[in-house]
Parts: sequence; structure tokens; C-alpha cells
Amino acid sequence: IMLKGMTRLVSRVHKAKHGEQHVGQHYNISIQELKTVFPHGLPPRFVMQVKTFNEACLMVRKPALELLHYLKNTNFAHPAVRYVLYGEKGTGKTLSLCHIIHFCAKQDWLILHIPDAHLWVKNCRDLLQSTYNKQRFDQPLEASVWLKNFKTANERFLSQIKVQDKYVWNKRESTEKGSPLAEVVEQGIMRVRNATDAVGIVLKELKRQSSLGIFRLLVAVDGVNALWGRTTLKREDKSLIAPEELALIYNLRKMVKNDWQGGAIVLTVSQTGSLFKPRKAYLPQELLGKEGFDTLDPFIPILVSNYNPKEFEACIQYYLENSWLQHEKAHTEEGKKELLFLSNRNPGLLERLCAYL
Amino acid sequence: MAAPCVSCGAAASYRLFLAGRVSFAREQGLWKAAAAGLQTGTRCQILRLKHSPAVTTKKNVAALRRESYTVDFIKKQIEEFNIGKRHLANMMGEDPETFTQEDIDRAITYLFPSGLFEKRARPIMKHPEEIFPKQRAIQWGEDGRPFHFLFYTGKQSYYSLMHEAYGKVLHVEERQDQLRAKGLFSEKPKTKDPIGSRWLIKEELEEMLVEKLSDQDYAQFIRLLERLSALPCDAAEEEFVGRFRRTVTVQSKKHLIEPLQYDEQGMAFSTGRGNAPWRRGKRKTANAEAVVHGHGSGKIEINGVDYLLYFPVTQDREQLMFPFHFLDRLGKHDVTCTVSGGGRSSQAGAIRLAVARALCSFITEDEVEWMRQAGLLTTDPRVRERKKPGQEGARRKFTWKKR
Repeated sequence: IMLKGMTRLVSRVHKAKHGEQHVGQHYNISIQELKTVFPHGLPPRFVMQVKTFNEACLMVRKPALELLHYLKNTNFAHPAVRYVLYGEKGTGKTLSLCHIIHFCAKQDWLILHIPDAHLWVKNCRDLLQSTYNKQRFDQPLEASVWLKNFKTANERFLSQIKVQDKYVWNKRESTEKGSPLAEVVEQGIMRVRNATDAVGIVLKELKRQSSLGIFRLLVAVDGVNALWGRTTLKREDKSLIAPEELALIYNLRKMVKNDWQGGAIVLTVSQTGSLFKPRKAYLPQELLGKEGFDTLDPFIPILVSNYNPKEFEACIQYYLENSWLQHEKAHTEEGKKELLFLSNRNPGLLERLCAYL
Repeated sequence: MAAPCVSCGAAASYRLFLAGRVSFAREQGLWKAAAAGLQTGTRCQILRLKHSPAVTTKKNVAALRRESYTVDFIKKQIEEFNIGKRHLANMMGEDPETFTQEDIDRAITYLFPSGLFEKRARPIMKHPEEIFPKQRAIQWGEDGRPFHFLFYTGKQSYYSLMHEAYGKVLHVEERQDQLRAKGLFSEKPKTKDPIGSRWLIKEELEEMLVEKLSDQDYAQFIRLLERLSALPCDAAEEEFVGRFRRTVTVQSKKHLIEPLQYDEQGMAFSTGRGNAPWRRGKRKTANAEAVVHGHGSGKIEINGVDYLLYFPVTQDREQLMFPFHFLDRLGKHDVTCTVSGGGRSSQAGAIRLAVARALCSFITEDEVEWMRQAGLLTTDPRVRERKKPGQEGARRKFTWKKR
């Protein structure tokens, strides 16, 4: 493991010092941190790669650096700024998001990470009518899973934050005012029926309290275009459900509005999980639709594009060092040119190609 | 154009023949003459009468097996052909004296347009020599004695040819001995034209001699000719050997479609047919047109979309990569192309062909030849085969049920 080349290694600790000159270099995240910070955020192929190489390495790239720069210079008195990462399929939006989340976790922010909003609008087995509001629908499974992951990610905050309202779950259970947020989360995990409401409460509390300045909140949503698209879920009488009628989506929309201070909102739009959107669409305008675009309107778009030649070289070097490319021609110039041509410097495609080399 | 000569038309109509044998029951005359010749007056009438039923049956069987045409018949056909040619020339308004075979072909395709795919099934009008298979005239005279001295060998023309060739060989060797005896023998190295010609093939020889040959016969003959050509020959002998050689087109299929545009192949003029090579490619039903710029960076743009988005499948992108990879010019050219029709894979193949053709202008002749041999420059002739009635698909038959 000591034979890593010079293209790697920015020191682990001082991630705050990522600068322009580090573009193209990989940096390491230890497996322990991975479990705490990303219980549920990484794309599945990356998880497989981590397992194969026994270490997690992310490449430092320009879009992420740009975002980090903005984040470092945010004024927390102003309303939260929205950043939207967009780009073609496979260019690295999700991994850039993960980079930023890691950075913020290191800086001790509270991370509110929804790994894929598309999962909440499709393939839901059980939809319950919401206990809180008769018109909306609950998704107990997804909500409980998310709560579990949220707990793992933000253990230390949950005891610090106190709830500011009293919430009655049912005839026997209720949460008093002033009790830690951990209780709400526990309640949600144990009583799956109330999980969605627990999520709603968590979101509301966090929004309210981040303006107070006790902690900084990072809202990271992947695939935010699911919030304003269409769903494939149907009621018992086979009529379609609009996204607003799902409690999770409704609360999340409130979260993404920039009427609170003390944090930042980083979003990704992706076509990969989206419903009813053409394959070639990648601009925020196309994917969010008119409604979504208007709601998110003042935002900062950040384009994530394919690798530039230096990054491409770095990626190939990384694979070679880990002995991932076994073909004899992989070392040569021609081999690299072939890979270049075939993947056209698209990170996702390159990864898929190399998987079979 | 041609003045409508209805009468000429009627006269000319039966000059035309469809390819294939036309059988006329005129060969009875042949055998009757032979039979009458054989049987002299000493035979009695009764025998002749007796023989006639047998002769008739023999006649009919022979007629079915071998349709032979008499010499008179062929002569008459030739006359009719010539007259018909003049009529045709008249009809087309051309000069009958200078009406060549090509003109005849053109006139026939004009007057009788045929949509048949098989070229040999279309109407033709050719000299009877080409249409009727060559027949041998009767090899024996009235007294029954054959004309040729080698008749009883069975293959008289073949053996006579061998005899002739061997005679020439002996003659040349004799001359050589004489020269050597006189001391004027000079070792002249033979330089036959190396690749330009080939020996006749067996079918062509059979056609020339109007006789069936076996493979061994043919091999023997070729060996003799080689032996003859290896010796220092005279002009007469060269001419004799030359009768049995045919020319071969050297470097088959020279690629003609290369208006090599070497001017300003580059970004200075971008697209435009005059400057950057603009080529077409086809595969199944897809049509593609590609423009290749020199001095590029390996970008490919299809119908305005990047090739990564247009062909998400790796196999298609590999097809596009093939011409560049073959010539080791992976990142050096830019391609802009449009494609329509067909499916995913045939569009990829069409673009590949167009790109390969366009690249021809940038590379040397040798590389063009290598590309041609690699199959990059040939349009793939495979098309979807038609479904036939009585079958479920093009080849698949319906399930066969025993009962």
C-alpha cells in the first residue's frame, strides 16, 4: 500500500487546504469515516470499488473546489444559498456532492443528506394515509431507513438539539418540549407508522434552529428534480399521486426553500433516476420543469463536465497503481488513447469500461 | 426517333432469342442421311424397313439428349441476324453499316426494358455463334471414313493439339542443338510477362476445343505449354503459346473514388464539399455523410450530438474507433457527420464506412490498400432477406407435423 505514486495524497487532515493546484489528485478517506459520514450516500458502483481496493479515494476536481470556495466564504447571516450541480450522465455530480459533504462533516456541520430523492417517488410498497394530514400519504419504509442513516451520520448533534414543541404521537406516547432530538428519531425508528411524521418534525426543527447559530446545517439532496416531477405511485383506485401529496416530499420542499439562515443547500439534478424525462436532458431547466425552476429560482448553477486530459491521466494512473487494469496494452500510449476515445473522458463510462479490462 | 416500321418489327421479332437452348426438331435429317449413307444398295428394302422403327426410336432418344444444329441451320441464323441488325439500325435511326454489338445491346434495352434481376434472363440479341453452343460438324465423310487422323482416339482435337505442341518443342530443341553445334548458342534468359497473364482454365479449353477433357488431360497440356514457354522460342511459337493465355487485371479493384483533396485540410475552411473530404457511407438502410477535418482533437459530432450521447453502447463506439485505430490516428481528427435511417448498429456501420472513405484523402496509397484489404472501404452488401410464402420467415419453415 506504500507504493502509491505522486499523483495522490493531499494530506488527510487538512482538507481545508484544497486549492487549485490539487486538481487531478486523489485523496483518501478512511473506512471508519466512511461508515460515519456516508451511511447512505455513495453511488453503488463506488461502494463496490471501495470494497475492491479496500480504500476510498475521491478525485479533487474543479466543480467541487469551486463549491468549497463558496462555502468557505459564506456569510451565515444571509439566507442559505442554493447551489445546483448539473451535468451529463456519468460526469461525477454525486461524487462531487459526497466530496462536499465530507468536507462539511470535517468542519463539523450538521449534514442533512438525502441520497436519492427519486427513490421516494417510485416503487413504494406501502403507502399509508398520513396521520397528521388526511390528504397526504406516508411512506413508512423509506422514512425509517432514512432516519436510521441520519442518526448514524449525526450522532453527536442529536443530543444537543432540543425540541421546541410538544408532539403527541398517539394516545400513549408523546414527546415533551425541550427533550433532545434523539428521542424523536428513536420514536420514528421504533414506530414505523409515525416515521414520516418524525422526519417532518426533524426537518422543521432543524430549519428553525439553524438560524439560531448553534450549528451549521448543510442540506444535500441528490436528484432534486424528483421533487417537482411526476410520481409512479398510485392510490388504491389507480389514480396518480402528485408529489405534493407525499408527506416526505412536501416537507423536503419546505426545507429547500431559502427562508432560513446559517447553512447552505447543495442540490444535484440527475436524469438517471428521473421519471418521464428524456435521456439526453441534463440542464436544470429541462429536468426541474417550470414549477421547480421557479421555486429554486435564485440559485448558483455549477456545471460538472467530463475529465480534462490531466484528470483523465490521473484516473488511469490510479487504476494502474491499484493493479486494476490487467490488459498488457493498458500501460501504453495506444491503450490510453483507445480508452480516451471510447469513453470520451466520461468518468462513469471510463469506470464501466475499466471494469472489464 | 425510329419511324414505326410495323413490318420491320414483325420481321425483327423472331431474330430475338432468349438465352438458353432452342430446340428444333431438325436433327432427324442428320441421322437419316447417315443411315442412308451407311446402308448401300446391297441391303434389301425389308431390312431397311425393319430398321426404320428401331432407327426412329434411336432418333428420338438422341434428339432428347443432344440438340444438335446443322451447319445450314446456323448459317441461316447468321443471315437472319445480320438482316435483323440492319432492321434494328434502321429502327433506331442509325447507320446500318456501322452498327456495333454495343449499339445493338443499347437498342434492345431501350426497346424491351426488363425489370428482371437476373441479367441472363433479359432479352438479348447476339451473334448466333455466341448463342448456340459450338457443335462439331460431322466428322466422317460419305464413305464413313473420318476426316481427322486421330478420330479414333476419341478426343481428336485435344490430341492433335498436344501433338502440335510437342512437335514445336522438338523443333525448338533441334534448333538449339544446331546452334550449340555451331557454337552460336547464347543463353538468353527468358523474361515472360510475370503477372500480367494466366493460363486458360479447363472450362475455357473445353470450350475452345468443343470436347470434354479430364483433369489429367488438362494438367498434361499445361505442363507441355510451360515446357515450351521455358525454351527460347520464335515469334511463331510465342504466338502459339499466347493463344492459351488470358490477361489478368493487375491489382483488382483499384479504388477510383478518391478525388484526393489535399488542399487546406483543416479548420481554416471547416465544412464544405470543396475543402474537407465529404463522404457517404451506407449499411442496411442507414445513410451517413461524414466530414473529417485534419488537425482535430478526436471529437466526433453526430447530428449535432456528441457521439458519447448518440451511441451509449460501447460496441457502436468501437465501430467508430476502428478506422482511426487502424491508421493510428486516434486523437488527430475531428468528425462531423449526419446519419439517418436504419437502426443503431447499421448507423454505426454507415458512419464507419463514410469516415474510412473520408480518411482516404489524408493517407498514402499503401495505407489505402491496407484499409481495402481490412474491409473498411467496402459497402456491406447484406440486407434483410425477404420473407417467402409458405415459410414462416426468410429461411425458417413452418413446424413440420408428422400427422
